[in-house]
Amino acid sequence: MKETVIKTEKLTKKFGNFIAANAVSFEVKKGEIFGFLGANGAGKTTAMRMLCGLSTPTSGKAQIVGYDIYKQTNLIKKNIGYMSQKFSLYEDLTVVENIRFFAGIYGLSNQDIKDKSAHLIETLGMQNESKKRVGTLPPGWKQKISFSVALLHEPKIVFLDEPTGGVDPLVRRQFWDLIYAAADKGITIFISTHYMDEAEYCNRISIMVDGSIKALDTPVHLKHQFNAKNMDEVFYELARGAKRRE
Amino acid sequence: MITLNHICKTYGKEKKIAVNDISLSVNKGEIFGLIGPDGAGKSSIFRILTTLLLADSGTATVDGHDVVTDYKHIRKSVGYMPGKFSLYPDLSVEENLKFFATLFNTSIRENYHLIKDIYMLLEPFKNRRAGKLSGGMKQKLALCCALIHKPTVLFLDEPTTGIDPVSRKEFWEMLKRLKKQEITILVSTPYMDEASLCDRIALIKNGKILSINTPDHIIKDYPDNLYKIKSDVIYTLLKDINLHSNTQSCFTFGEFLHVSFLSDTESMQQELLNYLSKKGHLNIVMEKTVPGIEDCFIHLLKKPA
Repeated sequence: MKETVIKTEKLTKKFGNFIAANAVSFEVKKGEIFGFLGANGAGKTTAMRMLCGLSTPTSGKAQIVGYDIYKQTNLIKKNIGYMSQKFSLYEDLTVVENIRFFAGIYGLSNQDIKDKSAHLIETLGMQNESKKRVGTLPPGWKQKISFSVALLHEPKIVFLDEPTGGVDPLVRRQFWDLIYAAADKGITIFISTHYMDEAEYCNRISIMVDGSIKALDTPVHLKHQFNAKNMDEVFYELARGAKRRE
Repeated sequence: MITLNHICKTYGKEKKIAVNDISLSVNKGEIFGLIGPDGAGKSSIFRILTTLLLADSGTATVDGHDVVTDYKHIRKSVGYMPGKFSLYPDLSVEENLKFFATLFNTSIRENYHLIKDIYMLLEPFKNRRAGKLSGGMKQKLALCCALIHKPTVLFLDEPTTGIDPVSRKEFWEMLKRLKKQEITILVSTPYMDEASLCDRIALIKNGKILSINTPDHIIKDYPDNLYKIKSDVIYTLLKDINLHSNTQSCFTFGEFLHVSFLSDTESMQQELLNYLSKKGHLNIVMEKTVPGIEDCFIHLLKKPA
């Protein structure tokens, strides 16, 4: 049995009378690719922020890589990586400056920073681009750099918040190659996406509706359960009844 | 209704190419889709057509008016929903709509029939400030504001980016209803699955048109037989098929891989199946399949120019 790296029990977050996340319970194992789906406004971001130690729950329990979500948020932050399409890299810094900056933030030693940035540039095949400003690079490259940067401090879990928006279909698939490679190394991938074909690439998926998890299983089981041809149909079936849809 | 003739646009001192010699025309009442990733040049095309940006070279017209000499006419008669939310965040839903109606010398009542279906969904929040709306609601309000003066042409720059699949479907239903009112619509999207909802599409990348046609024709032009293959462990299957000497292309598509072969004979297919069994794959399924727009886009991207 693989170790559990995320465990939540009735995790709840209220803003005034509004219950953004309502008694969310689930577990994620080491090395799993876990898809976290839901309509806009379903409560995904709220839940993700709690799991990353950025927002204190109103009630419920959760442990992230064994650390308590109320008391040990600093240890959680040290052991997770985070990447989103909205914020990833500093456009006015060069590739190598970005890598050094984030490595520094995560507390890597100077020697480590030197070794790791050289190694990373080589793995990415960006020797010729390392001194270029990130803002001048194509979106697909930025994405690869920011994913690699999120893994620099060797986190146990990496949270990916809609990482693949707006890139071409080839780049999107190359990005999934990186995700699989990371999962193969035992890194847990927690990913939210609006692309339903990507939902199929996850080991398990949860679908949130109006603050609660309404379905959680492997893509194969979910399609069977909802008698659906693909994940798009499963999602539609669950989310169209949502009251909080935006 | 819209024409572009050899339009080119570069930015900055480095002359970074955004639009590279693009020509196309959109007919009256058509829903025309610009399909491509970020940085393809979609927004630059919108800004040139809405007279907010001058092209380096080439000409363009909207509803018969030249985008440079007749810009005043165009500004009066088109509706534009930019990619970035551009309404007044400190005005309420109703105030924003009134403001845009007034700008165009009209009133909400005059063209209410155009926006009724959409505005009804917004009405419960009409006193809420626009900045406090959710993503989906902002998008609906922006569409209302772009429609309130009964434009002849509607420009929608990535209206569904970051919106969940259910809301995306609803948005396209709205567009279909607008098409019935004979409004010409130019819409851009990075989502390939939305391409099939357009009458015609242009696939673009790096400022160049890869292909321009009806979605059906673009699919018909896909040159190879395409097969979908799956087994119990899809990721190793992808690696193994890519290592096989007869593989032309192999990409993930949902639960299947889409594969085309260099030599497409039954014996070669059998050879692949044997090879995969030897590699230890279980429950292998292989069937012929119809390509989608995304297959076509990948094919065009890989094709040497």
